[in-house]
Amino acid sequence: MGNQSTSSGSPGSVGSDNAGSASIGSAKPVFPFSAIVGQDEIKQALLISAVDPSVGGVLALGDRGTGKSTAIRALAALLPANSAVVGCRYGCDPKASKSACDAACTAREGAKEPKSILVPVPVVDLPLGATEDRVVGALDLERALTDGVKAFEPGLLARAHRGFLYIDEVNLLEDHIVDLLLDVAASGENLVEREGLSLRHPARFVLVGTGNPEEGELRPQLLDRFGLAVEVKTPTDLATRVDVVRRRDAFERDPTAFLATWAVKDAEIRDRILAGRKRLPKVKFPDKALEKAAALCIALGTDGLRGELTLMRAARALAALEGDMTAGDAHLRRIATSALRHRLRRNPLDDSDATVRVDRAVREVFDA
Amino acid sequence: MSRPVPMAPTSLWEDALTAATLLAIDPAGLQGAVIRARFGEVRDRWQAHCRAALPKDSPMRRMPIGVPDGRLLGGLDLAATLKAGRPIAERGLLVEVDGGLLILAMAERMPAAMAARLTAVLDNGEVALERDGLARRTPSRFGLIAYDEGDGPDEAAPAALVERLAFLIDLEPVRDQEAEAWPLDASEVLAARERLGSIDCDPDLISAICGTAMALGVASVRAPILALRAARAAAALAGRDAVTEADATLASRLVLAPRATRLPPKEQDEAPPPPEPENQEQAESDPPQENDQTIDQPLEDRVLEAATAAIPARLLSEMGLIGAGSRRKGSAGRAGAALKSTLRGRPIGARAGQPGGGARLNVIETLRAAAPWQRLRRATGQPKQSGAQVYVRKEDFRVTRFKARMETTAIFLVDASGSSALNRLAEVKGAVELLLADCYVRRDSVAVLAFRGRAAELVLPPTRSLVRAKRSLAALPGGGGTPLAIGIDAAFALADAIKRKGQTPVVIILTDGQANVSREGIGGRAKAGEDALAAARQARLAGVTTLLVDSAPRPQAQAQKLAAEMGARYLALPYANAGLLNAAVRSTVAS
Repeated sequence: MGNQSTSSGSPGSVGSDNAGSASIGSAKPVFPFSAIVGQDEIKQALLISAVDPSVGGVLALGDRGTGKSTAIRALAALLPANSAVVGCRYGCDPKASKSACDAACTAREGAKEPKSILVPVPVVDLPLGATEDRVVGALDLERALTDGVKAFEPGLLARAHRGFLYIDEVNLLEDHIVDLLLDVAASGENLVEREGLSLRHPARFVLVGTGNPEEGELRPQLLDRFGLAVEVKTPTDLATRVDVVRRRDAFERDPTAFLATWAVKDAEIRDRILAGRKRLPKVKFPDKALEKAAALCIALGTDGLRGELTLMRAARALAALEGDMTAGDAHLRRIATSALRHRLRRNPLDDSDATVRVDRAVREVFDA
Repeated sequence: MSRPVPMAPTSLWEDALTAATLLAIDPAGLQGAVIRARFGEVRDRWQAHCRAALPKDSPMRRMPIGVPDGRLLGGLDLAATLKAGRPIAERGLLVEVDGGLLILAMAERMPAAMAARLTAVLDNGEVALERDGLARRTPSRFGLIAYDEGDGPDEAAPAALVERLAFLIDLEPVRDQEAEAWPLDASEVLAARERLGSIDCDPDLISAICGTAMALGVASVRAPILALRAARAAAALAGRDAVTEADATLASRLVLAPRATRLPPKEQDEAPPPPEPENQEQAESDPPQENDQTIDQPLEDRVLEAATAAIPARLLSEMGLIGAGSRRKGSAGRAGAALKSTLRGRPIGARAGQPGGGARLNVIETLRAAAPWQRLRRATGQPKQSGAQVYVRKEDFRVTRFKARMETTAIFLVDASGSSALNRLAEVKGAVELLLADCYVRRDSVAVLAFRGRAAELVLPPTRSLVRAKRSLAALPGGGGTPLAIGIDAAFALADAIKRKGQTPVVIILTDGQANVSREGIGGRAKAGEDALAAARQARLAGVTTLLVDSAPRPQAQAQKLAAEMGARYLALPYANAGLLNAAVRSTVAS
């Protein structure tokens, strides 16, 4: 892969994209994204966050056995590569200003633009049971013990920079790890002050979480960090369920052949993401649409301006993804539920769930 | 293959052994079994069968319920690290058991967070380790045998595990003398393992399995996937190269029937033939010639019928009682709350200090502190310590800091009697939900007790889950007499239990104070009122923060007196709304 090649270059095959990376699914075949039956809401949300990471993360809550994790791992295998500064341990963007990367990164010397290389987008798994030192990074114990050198060993937050941080069963994550995440997810920067180390490095990532609400609620502060929240439901019609089982079975029998069958469709989706990213800066969001977004948030009584912002960004990303140059009502309607359902104030006397309330408000605002 | 004559049309024991054999053929695909059985002979024999069926070199490991993460997932091996002077990783239990079976006793005590660590490995086929400065992924595929020794529907293995393990087997009805050993040729299992990868399956059979799952109200799509894998393993065991109807039937019986949440809708025109013992018997081993009598039924119906016939009796009665879909929705065992009390708060990092006096040495952090100085200390010619590779000095010691915080559980005692229910029940429900929203900011729990008629009922065991709370509250009925004394007794009994777990209970009573049912459950205002006051005096001794909310439209002296007797804060809320009530409770909890 040459320097300075733009990311629209020929994307590798599903397998080679992930080769050598420490991200999810590096070792074994991953169920292809395009072969996932149904689950349109989570797929749409993930693609939106792939086009515009600033929308914020995706939270997928739902029944067991609905393929929440499958969708996220599939996206990881599909994402087009990032271009990164050669030798930068945080995988910084060559186009970003120098200040984005901390002093510990020595890859950027002199004034000229650094060399770049294409690297797979990191999709980093934060497993339950991870310890604090691995999340934020810590003293490199090996080098310290053998060479007596005080070196920083970057943690998961560093690895997830410019990519995705995925937490399965996010509602079971220990509180002290959640606290670390909240801080970094808000500032986009990881501040390490431990073991005599004092440094900061960029850690901007899309937070993706899945969970089952029956096993415990998410803390509101963490809930707030997710741009989009989707509900995943078990398919209830037989044909869909048979399809799910058959495809899963075919994949397990012969992963290579199955991946080959779906490679073309996966490549199409990858191209859509790339085209969407290119189009995104040019997509317009007219004042009228902004008024609608605001009206929707007022009708639902969401706190702050995050609701409007997310609506705007997500609608724009969706328009970009679909080749539209202007985001409008049609896009807003389709992302409203994902963007707002987790921002509602709980109203115990209104027993209907959040999805129903948002749908109701959408009808009131758009059909009026 | 020789086998004993089954005791019943579908012998539970024989099915259990079949499941064990299939599990030995494909432990990673079937992912395991939940066995309802207490410790005993039957369970031992079943496990012995698993061991016999499993190839000799495959590991079988026991997992203690409270196993620390370091042992479960892996971490730094301190002894080896100190000896070698460089970090040496310790293999976790979940890595060691690769290719074999992991045995978990008392699965009903397992907290959800621990279950999630297991399910992550089951789902991904690898152990993701991000601990103690180590980051690695090690492939590990195994089956999990979870023994559920729970008592009743509240105590069950974590739902996330039950969902992923193929077989749910109830060994409780099996008597010792029924549990005969089943001679097993281990080479058959090996041959079946060889064959497993190349077994075909007719798409119609896949549809039949999915259809059966749906007809039985099995919501998750994982169940038919597991059933399909079981059918393949059964075909491999029988020496076939394709799944037959008999295999699909067996798999549906073993995997789908125990997950049924409803009975399939009966069709009028068909009188299903009673399942014959020989029929089941042959279905497992022979090609399906015996299906002549049912050949005119569609495939799916035949599979469904066999599965329906195998729905355990226990399940049928539970379905009748609580309706479809609500069985065992509880998340995890009860251990979660109790476990927390054994911790003295959560660790919040380390500080320099000496161990002892309750402070625990944090070895990893101590090593980290010592690490940068190793070269210097070696160079400054310390007297050569015999064999020591790492120089650790007193000033390197780090001790773990804990943030101890007593968890608070707010117990709501709700008067759901006829007099109260009409006006106030909706408000109470609302207030509990509002409080709950507050509580998970502070990580507190809420419990709801209701009393009406002649008894008090624990409507919502201590929980933080809004989903669970909403479900139980929505189902809270109202009406009947007011057994106030019984309610107060129940609330303080619960408060006492919570105290013993090391948490702080707060009791909130919502009543109009108009007791009319005595402790013995007999009507009559005078006796009931006396009993209530007596209960209140006893409650005072418990020393629990209490708030009494008078919910009568016109505040009454009785309720006030009751509050005085139990040393409770009294609050009259004739026109209260949920928000106001919530504010009042918050101030009580905080005080």
